[in-house]
Amino acid sequence: MKHLFAALCAALAGTAWAEPDPANWQDVLDEANGQTVYWNAWGGSTTINDFIEWVGTRVEEEHGVKLEHVKLTDTADAVSRVIAEKSAGQDADGAIDLIWINGANFSAMKEADLLFGPFAEALPNWQFVDVDGKTVTTDFTVPTEGFESPWAMAQVVFIYDSEVLPEPPKSAEAIRDWAAMNPGRFTFPQPPDFLGTTFLKQMLIELVEDPTILQQPAGDDYAQVTAPLWDWLQDVTPDLWRAGRAYPQTGPSQLQLINDGEVDMAISFSPGEATTAIANQQLPESARTFVLEDGTLGNASFVAIPYNASAKAGALVVADFLMSPEAQLRAQDPEVLGFSTVLDMAAIPADDRAGFDALELGVATLSPAELGQALPEPHPSWMTRIEADWAERYGVGN
Amino acid sequence: MLATDLSPGKQWGLAPTLTIALLLGPIAAGLLGTILPAFGGMRPDGQNGFSFDPWTRLWAEPGVGQALWLSFKTGFLSTLGALIGCFLLIAGWQGTRVFSRLEALLSPLLSVPHAAAALGLAFLIAPSGWIARLISPGLTGWTRPPDVLILQDPGGWSLIAGLMIKELPFLLLMSLAALPQIKSAERMRVTQVLGYGRVRGWFLAVMPALYTQIRLPIYAVLAYAMSNVDVAMVLGPSRPPTLSMFILRWMTDPDLTLRAPAAAAALVQLGLVAAAIMVWRGGEKAVAALINRGVESGTRGMGLRDTALTTIGLVLSLTAGIAVFGGLISQLIWSFAGRWRFPDALPSSFSLMSWERHGPDAVEVTLITLALAFVTALIALVLVIGCLNTELGAGRKMNRTGMVILYLPLILPQIAFLPGLQILMIQIGAAQGIFPVVLTHLVFVLPYVFLALAGPYRALDRRYATIGAAMGLGAVGMLWRIRLPMLLAPILTALAVGMAVSVGQYLATLLASGGRLNTLTTEALALFSGGDRRAIGVWTIALAFTAWLPFLLALMIPRIVYRNKSGLRHD
Repeated sequence: MKHLFAALCAALAGTAWAEPDPANWQDVLDEANGQTVYWNAWGGSTTINDFIEWVGTRVEEEHGVKLEHVKLTDTADAVSRVIAEKSAGQDADGAIDLIWINGANFSAMKEADLLFGPFAEALPNWQFVDVDGKTVTTDFTVPTEGFESPWAMAQVVFIYDSEVLPEPPKSAEAIRDWAAMNPGRFTFPQPPDFLGTTFLKQMLIELVEDPTILQQPAGDDYAQVTAPLWDWLQDVTPDLWRAGRAYPQTGPSQLQLINDGEVDMAISFSPGEATTAIANQQLPESARTFVLEDGTLGNASFVAIPYNASAKAGALVVADFLMSPEAQLRAQDPEVLGFSTVLDMAAIPADDRAGFDALELGVATLSPAELGQALPEPHPSWMTRIEADWAERYGVGN
Repeated sequence: MLATDLSPGKQWGLAPTLTIALLLGPIAAGLLGTILPAFGGMRPDGQNGFSFDPWTRLWAEPGVGQALWLSFKTGFLSTLGALIGCFLLIAGWQGTRVFSRLEALLSPLLSVPHAAAALGLAFLIAPSGWIARLISPGLTGWTRPPDVLILQDPGGWSLIAGLMIKELPFLLLMSLAALPQIKSAERMRVTQVLGYGRVRGWFLAVMPALYTQIRLPIYAVLAYAMSNVDVAMVLGPSRPPTLSMFILRWMTDPDLTLRAPAAAAALVQLGLVAAAIMVWRGGEKAVAALINRGVESGTRGMGLRDTALTTIGLVLSLTAGIAVFGGLISQLIWSFAGRWRFPDALPSSFSLMSWERHGPDAVEVTLITLALAFVTALIALVLVIGCLNTELGAGRKMNRTGMVILYLPLILPQIAFLPGLQILMIQIGAAQGIFPVVLTHLVFVLPYVFLALAGPYRALDRRYATIGAAMGLGAVGMLWRIRLPMLLAPILTALAVGMAVSVGQYLATLLASGGRLNTLTTEALALFSGGDRRAIGVWTIALAFTAWLPFLLALMIPRIVYRNKSGLRHD
C-alpha cells in the first residue's frame, strides 16, 4: 500500500508541467496568471510588511498573481519547512514559493540543492541591475549563481539620538570608551538575531588586524583571529543596557528603546530606516545615522524560490517585479522603506531615472558619499562560529 | 426507568467514540512523532536506528539545566500564587458586594487570550512602561527610564506575574462553578457559628471539598504555566529561556538534525510536568495534614491575621484585574498614539495613522480568526451535545476515565506533542490547508466546550422530557424542541468559550498550518518581536475584542430571543 502510494505520487510528480523557464517570459506570465504565491519573509517590521502588501497589489493588477505574505519571526523557519518537506519526500507543491533570504540560510539551501534555478539572470529586469557596481552576485562571499535575485541593498548604519548624543562614537574602541562612561546606554539585538550577529561581525572587522582574512572560511586560526573581539566584549558587556543581562530580541525593537530614551544608539542594516521611523513617529525628530570611521558592512537582500515551490511561475513574476524600476523606486522612497536600489542608474529608462533623482534622501539618511564603500561580508563560517561562541559565553546568564 | 425509555436514541451513540478519537488520536500521533525522533528514529537522512545521541546533544546545550529549573519555578510559583489569591478572595469575600463586583471585573478576563494579556502587561510594567510614565517625573524624578531589568528578567518573575494574572480569574470561575455543589454556604455558616475567622474557617471546612472538585483544572493550569510559549515569548527570560522556548527554537531551526534533541527536550518537558504534578500532590498531602492539625487545634484564627489574609486576597485579585485591563487600555491608547515619549503619561498627539495602516489587514485576519473559531467550536458543540445526549440515554454520568481523557489535552504540555504531530502530518502530506488546523484546535476546544455545557445540560429538569414524550415527541423532537431551545443561553456560552479558546491558540495554529494561516494571535506575537508598539496595540485590541465578541453575543441573543421569557435567559 505504502509503495503504491509512493509510486502514485512519483507518477503524478512526473506528469506535472515542466518547470517554468524565465527565458520564455510570456509563458511564465501565462502560467503565473491566477497563481497564489506564498512569500515567506520576516514579518517583524511594519514598514516592510506594508511594502510587501503593495507589491501584492501591483503584481495582482499587472499579472493576476496573488501574493500572500507569510510573516516569519526568523527566516530559518522557512528554510526548516523546506528541509522538512524534502525529508518527507514532498518534492512538489511545497508550502513556500518565495523566501526573502541571504547569508547562511542561502548557502545552506544552495548546498542542500533546495533551490529552484538558476533563474535570476534570465529575468527581464536583470538588464537594469548594477552587476558591476553592487555586490548582487555574491552573498556573504558565496556566489549566487542565479539561484537568488537581489531586491535591495543594505549597509550597516548606527542610529542615534542627536539631542542626547551629539558626538556618537565611531569605532569599536570609541564605543567601548563611551559605554564605560555611559553605562546602560547601548545594546544590540541578541544573537542569533541576524542584526545582533551582524553587530558582532562589524566589531570583528573593526578589531581584527587584517580584515581580508575574514574572506576565507574560518579555520584553525579562528581562536586567534577572534580573540580581540572577545576581549572587547569582555570589557563592554557589563556596560551594556541592563548590564548585558537582557537584550532586545530584534533590530526594530531597538527603535522603541531609543524612542523611550532607554538607549542612545542602535545598529541598523538599512540606511533609510531612521528617516522612515521618524515619519512613523517611532523615533524622535532628532534621530540621525552615522557610519563607523573605517566603514561598515554591506550586502544585498535576495529572494529565492524553493525547489518544490507550488507556484514557481508566480514567484518568478514577483522576483522580477521586485527588481523593476517601479518597485525599486518605491522601496528607496524614505517615506516607504528607504532601501537602497540594486539598479544601475545608467541602465534604467530616463523617466525612471528622473523619479530616483527626485527622491529626497530624508532627514536622517546619509548620502552615498557619506555611507562610503560598503565593506564585504565575512565568509558565513565566521558568523556561524561567532554565533555559537557568543551563545556559550553570553547567551546564558550566571 | 422512564428516563431510559426516553433515551435520545442510537443515532448519537457514535458521538462519544468520535469525541474520544478526536481527542486521543492527535495526542497519540503527536507523542509517537516525539518519541521516535528522540531515540534516533525518523531522521532526515533516513539513517534510522536506536540511539541516545539526541539526549547527549540536548544536555550539551548551554543553559538547558537552568531552562528546566526556570520552567519548573515559573509554572509552579505562578499556579500556587494564582490559587492562593483565588482561595483567599473566596474565603474572605464570598457573599459580599465587593465579591460580586470583583466577579464582574474578573469574568471577562477569561476571554482575554494569554498573548493579549501578556503584551498588555509588558508595556505596563516595563521601565519605560505606562506605570513608570504615570509616576514620572513627578514621584520618581526619572526623565529617562531607569536601567532596571523587569521584562525578561533571568529569574522569570515577570513571567510568573503574567501567568498569575491570567490564571487567577480562570481558577476563580472554576471554583465558583463548583461551590454550589459542595454546599459551601452551609459549611461556612457552621464555621461562623463556631466562631472561626472567615479565612481560617473557609480553609478548614470549604477548601478541602472545593479542592477535590477543581483538582483537574489546577493541574491543567500548572501544566500550561510550565510549558507555554505565548506568554514566555513576551515576558519570559531569554538567557536562557524556559525549556519550551528551547524546544520551539530547535523545532524551527533550519538545521533539521536539531529536531531530534527538540523531541528529546519535549519528552523532558513531559516528565517535568509529571514531576511537578507529583510534587504538587505531595503538597496536597502536606496541606491536608496541616488542615487536620488545624481542625484539631481548635484555634479560631480571628482578628488581625484574618484581616490581613482577607486583604491579601483582595489585593491580589484586584491587581490581576487591573493589570489585564490596564494593559489592554494602554494598548488601545498606543493604537491611537501619535508621538509618545517617556515620561509623558499620555501621547502628545493622537492619530488614526496606525488604524489606517493596519486596520484593513486586521479586519481581514479577524474574519479568518472568527471563521476558524466558529467552525471549530461548532463541531465541538455538536459532538459535546451528542455525548451529553448519549450520557442522558445511558442514564449515568461520565466516569473518572472519561474526565481524565477530557483533561488530557489540557494537562499534557502542547509543546510535547504538537511538534510531533506536525512532523507526522508533513510525512503523510496532510500539513496543508485549514483542515489540520481545525483538527488540532479541536483537541483543545472540545474539553472546554464540554466543561462549559455539561453542568447546565445535566441540570435540566428531566420532567420536561417526560412531558414532551407524553405529548408524542420523539428523541429528535425532544432535542430540537425542548432541550436546545431551553438551553440556548448555556449553549451559546459554551460556543463562546470554545471560540475564545480557538482564538487564543498560538502553537496549535503555527505548527498545524506550517505558518501559512495567520490568526490574530500569531500576528500579534510575530509583531511583538518588531517592537512597534502602535502596531502591537492595534493587533492586541483586535485580538481581545475578537475573543470577547462571542461572549457578548452569547449574552445578547438569549435576551433578544427570550425577551418575554425571563426563565430561559439564564442570566
